[in-house]
Amino acid sequence: MKWIALLLPILLCACSDKTNPPRTIAGADADAGLEVMQRVGCGACHVIPGVDWPQGVSGPSLKGFADSPMIAGRFPNRPAVLVDFITDAPSMAPDTGMPVMPLTQDEARNVAAYLYTLHE
Amino acid sequence: MSSRNSFDGTATWPPPALDPAGPFAGPVNTLSWVLFAMAGSVLLIVLIALALALFGPRRWRAKLGGQKLVWIGGFAFPVVVLTALLIYGLGLTSHLTQEPQPGEMRIRVTGEMWWWRVAYLDDQGRERFQDANEVHIPVGETVVIELDSADVIHSFWVPRLSGKVDMIPGRRNILRLQADQPGAYGGQCAEYCGGPHALMGLVVVAHDPAAFQTWMQKQSQPALTTTSLAPGADVFRRAGCGACHTVAGTEFNGLAGPDLSHVGSRRTLGAGILPNNQGTMAGWISDSQTIKPGNRMPAYPVLTGEELRDVSAWLESLK
Repeated sequence: MKWIALLLPILLCACSDKTNPPRTIAGADADAGLEVMQRVGCGACHVIPGVDWPQGVSGPSLKGFADSPMIAGRFPNRPAVLVDFITDAPSMAPDTGMPVMPLTQDEARNVAAYLYTLHE
Repeated sequence: MSSRNSFDGTATWPPPALDPAGPFAGPVNTLSWVLFAMAGSVLLIVLIALALALFGPRRWRAKLGGQKLVWIGGFAFPVVVLTALLIYGLGLTSHLTQEPQPGEMRIRVTGEMWWWRVAYLDDQGRERFQDANEVHIPVGETVVIELDSADVIHSFWVPRLSGKVDMIPGRRNILRLQADQPGAYGGQCAEYCGGPHALMGLVVVAHDPAAFQTWMQKQSQPALTTTSLAPGADVFRRAGCGACHTVAGTEFNGLAGPDLSHVGSRRTLGAGILPNNQGTMAGWISDSQTIKPGNRMPAYPVLTGEELRDVSAWLESLK
């Protein structure tokens, strides 16, 4: 029993590390990301907390996106993967309806930072 | 309002009122403030009279209760003041609705549920070409807008450039516009016209004279598109989009919906309400009903993701 008690904290740490990898983007500005999403009109396809209108349903809702393990149900939800997906989804998922978006790398990083503030 | 944004055309929608940007909006702005001031002072007088009638000295209350006051304050005063205001207001704004003079630029705007059909006219009033949801004008020049409606009563209102005039089926109303500075000026349907009335916006774009000529030149020709985008045109054909939409230089010649000949160069989609890029285009085609409920374009849940991307890429290339 003793060794379990000793191992338990280590096991728990290991688990929490795996389920909650750090989803932060150094130097990115989440508020600016929300502004970008409003300017570009991401709401035409996505429900996005913080965007009143439109609340399109052609794409998945982004509510609670920060806690989702997957992007678009097929890629691991990691910052670098997300930034790539936001700017050029078709090169990763050739059958997606989401086109290449007119965003700079910095804008995409800010958008990703905002998405990582969206907890359930 | 947090989702209203500062992207090109949609930055100006909903449009600000009482912020004139041209010689025809000026008098409307003046008249508005005069009317606010008059209404404010009348309200103040009525409230003072009411307070005196309720709590004033007996002598005042007796005076206020007399028939003389009703004749003066309730009849003579409104007749005189309202007549004077009416004459003043009509005098101030009558030149806004003058018929086009020879040599003046003419544009016909037809209200449709829930968008704007725009036709650029020659001197004789014949159509040169059509566009939708955007009105382009040269800076510093008076432009005569001829207003009509295809269905119900709409109202054309670009508050920074002129007054507000109804669009009535079977009638031709006139409104003059002029912008002092280049830029995009938001407009809005100002007469309730059913379902998505509130989402019936438009944009007036004022160009420097040279840029305006270039725009007219480009607009009167079919858009140039590359053959690599042909799969998108094919999706457009297979989905039957040409039944409602015209694209100059192609076999698509539908008339029920907005002309898409140069849709890629527009500032907005959905009649002034969405920024225009491939993403919003795909979203609009896929499910415009969620974005603008009740509008006459159905959702297209039959298209695959790839088809959506192809057709929106092709449409965005029509500049």
